[in-house]
Amino acid sequence: MKVNYDEEEKLLTFEITEEIDHHTTEKIRRKMDYEIQRFIPRKIIFDFNQVTFMDSAGIGMLIGRYKVIKMLGGSAELINVKPSIKKIFEMCGVLKIIPIRKLSNPKIAG
Amino acid sequence: MFLYIMQNNMKNLYDNEMKIEFVSKSNNEAFARISVAAFASQLDPTIEELADIKTAVSEAVTNSIIHGYEDSEGIISVTCKIFANTVVIEISDNGKGIENVDIAKEPLYTSKPDLERSGMGFTIMESFMDDLDVESILGLGTKVTMKKIIKSKEEKKSEGKVFSSFRL
Repeated sequence: MKVNYDEEEKLLTFEITEEIDHHTTEKIRRKMDYEIQRFIPRKIIFDFNQVTFMDSAGIGMLIGRYKVIKMLGGSAELINVKPSIKKIFEMCGVLKIIPIRKLSNPKIAG
Repeated sequence: MFLYIMQNNMKNLYDNEMKIEFVSKSNNEAFARISVAAFASQLDPTIEELADIKTAVSEAVTNSIIHGYEDSEGIISVTCKIFANTVVIEISDNGKGIENVDIAKEPLYTSKPDLERSGMGFTIMESFMDDLDVESILGLGTKVTMKKIIKSKEEKKSEGKVFSSFRL
């Protein structure tokens, strides 16, 4: 997973590079929580460009991170979600709390 | 015509079968879903159909690891059968079993809320596959049987034709 922090915009981007299942979520969760606590961002972005697989373990993990950022007064967004993964997000109703941003550059979208 | 279809089906019935067994370690989740997807790919599924199968297998295997064996070690077996254009996947464990299958199947239900589980496992299996059956005996184990119908090439092609003629 690649982490990128935009200090000016207080924007923390996680580019997830592995398949997301019960096995990998533990590692991703620890890394994300560490980075969120380190930067206290205004917004976190989950970049799914390189994610080819995700199951319900990923949903639990993302909702967990959403709760953390909400507690800190921030919000979360998704970008570059493939159709097969979007289907799972829709089914679980995640997009109501973590919406998909169409533009890949969050700065332009404001 | 009917006879021809019957013969054709009989000939294709029970085309192929495979079985794998592995220890209930979480890094085997990827192994299980990739193996099943590789086996199912002989029916020439679409990327979407293959993704559905992988997700459903991942959910069932994860359930066996987290709930069936509760992170202790046990054996999970996965059997795959191909009947004509249908792939039947059986995932079983000798774990602790599910007390009430109907409650476990409910969306958002989880017996382990402390683990950040979404409670969507069975719901995903049910909606991504064409058929789902769960048998469980407390103290003995759980068997999940799922079916997925892979649309044949001809069907996909003709659908494409209908679609394109509509567009025209």
